Amino acid sequence: MASATTTGGATGRSALNVALFYVFLVLFVLVSIFPLLWVFRMSIVTKADLLNSPVVTATAPPSGESYKTVFGNPDFIQALQNSVIVAGTTTVICLVFGSLCAYSIARLRFRFKNPIMTLILAISFFPQVAIIAPLFIQFSATNIINTYWAMIIPDVVFALPLTIWILVAFFRELPRDLEEAAKVDGATTLQAFRKVIVPLAAPGVFTTAILTFIHAWNEFLFANTFIFDNAHYPVTVVIPNFATVYTTDYGAQAAGAVVVTVPLVIMVLIFQRRIVSGLTAGAVKG
Amino acid sequence: MTSATREKKRRGGWFREEFGNPERRLAYYMVLPAIVIIIAIAFFPIMYAVVLSVTSSTITGFGSFVGAENYIEMFKNPDFLVGLKNTVIFTVASVALEFIIGLAVALALNRAFSGRGLTRAAVLVPWAFPTVISAVMWRLMFQDQIGIINEAANAIGIISGPILADETLLLIACILVDVWKTMPFMALLLLAGLQTIPGEVYEAARVDGASVTQRFFRITLPLLKGTILVAVLFRTLDAYRVYDLFWVLSSQQLESLSTFVFKSVRISQLLFAQGNAAAVFIFVSAFLIALVFIRVFGMQTSTEE
Repeated sequence: MASATTTGGATGRSALNVALFYVFLVLFVLVSIFPLLWVFRMSIVTKADLLNSPVVTATAPPSGESYKTVFGNPDFIQALQNSVIVAGTTTVICLVFGSLCAYSIARLRFRFKNPIMTLILAISFFPQVAIIAPLFIQFSATNIINTYWAMIIPDVVFALPLTIWILVAFFRELPRDLEEAAKVDGATTLQAFRKVIVPLAAPGVFTTAILTFIHAWNEFLFANTFIFDNAHYPVTVVIPNFATVYTTDYGAQAAGAVVVTVPLVIMVLIFQRRIVSGLTAGAVKG
Repeated sequence: MTSATREKKRRGGWFREEFGNPERRLAYYMVLPAIVIIIAIAFFPIMYAVVLSVTSSTITGFGSFVGAENYIEMFKNPDFLVGLKNTVIFTVASVALEFIIGLAVALALNRAFSGRGLTRAAVLVPWAFPTVISAVMWRLMFQDQIGIINEAANAIGIISGPILADETLLLIACILVDVWKTMPFMALLLLAGLQTIPGEVYEAARVDGASVTQRFFRITLPLLKGTILVAVLFRTLDAYRVYDLFWVLSSQQLESLSTFVFKSVRISQLLFAQGNAAAVFIFVSAFLIALVFIRVFGMQTSTEE
């Protein structure tokens, strides 16, 4: 374990320290990304090579067989589309409700602010599985069951705390003078919010959108509970099911996993700085 | 604002004070949609689950009141007890490992070095994976015959036999996959906390002759306490409701509290009422865990500026 402060004594010792540090770093990075690399490797070899042994898998020539299989599967294409629709709609709804709520909490004064914040925080600690039975009954009674809404509605509820929390942190960082100026010029509070705060907070709103989208994209429990058919299953339900569809076609399972993960990984690589600041914005303030 | 006499006249009239003022009224209108949907979709159903848990209801029909019977049956049900045991072991082990490794990583990364951005990006990769997809990926690597980890672990002799056929090994596998997936998140939170500690504090301590260990226990840990509590509580409650990982990695074999609820209310609907009792049990125990963190460890929950 390296210490937080490095003040090398002799140059030799500090050079060793630096070397050790980078060894540690490389190991750490390797462990983090190894599964993705290996599963990618599994997805680009032929079925025969894959079933042979891990050593053969590592050295076999590439083959697009597995990708042909998964992209030839209409259920998989449908699932990708379903996931995009559900995660996209969830993100939009969360941003609309969340930014209104977050602005009010960050800027306006009212009596029940603390109970409301506690309520929102409580949701992020809420065990989702505790409400699947009642929601199942309610969704069945209102014919929402087995539609996109059966996923979107609970997804919105459980993504909202994240959305609100991060947006509150972003809104608080914006200078107050600008809204004050807008109000002096005759803008109402809502106009000041819409015309001044929202554009200024665009980078924060964008970060929040990415995080909310990832949250909704990754959701599994509600989809697995409230959805019954391939027409509505998102990728998180369809890919584990590949284990029964393609029993020993591990390559196809690997290819499916890679296809679903790669867009997320690219998004993370591009926006890593924003994501980190968003994730830590709410939590560290203490 | 108001003078003392008007304040007196209005005492008890907070309702008018809150809703008479247009700006405050607007504030309530703005929070209302979020609050209504949260109450309707999370808090109303949990009340409903409590009611269902003390009746003999099925998924299609409301039953009669049976008191604590479902709870008594639940505590006699071996599946529930196994789920409880697995959940507790999983939560304690994975959160402890994540915290220790995460803190070590955060301390190591808390300095300027080249390749910092790359490291941070690599760290975020497992975090961004859908849990079920990472479970699928690890399952492929644990697979008998073709799985690289299964092969390697058998070759060096840590285990003898397929990982996916043994419940204990599966539980260990779930813990390790969880550590792999969420430790980076913990490290990032702790790192952000570390960066709020001013460097002068360490400088002053060093001048006073404090050793590295002393600085760690007397400065870093106390100043990091708030961040640690938030991160650990967050992860504890997240691990406690584990579902996706167990369900997919063990191919529905390994039981947790959440998989027990899911199986009872969604798969074998005969145990519908008992499943609701387990749901209420999870909710109440999660609430108690949060309460312990807040009361016993003195976690700050106030969010005021």
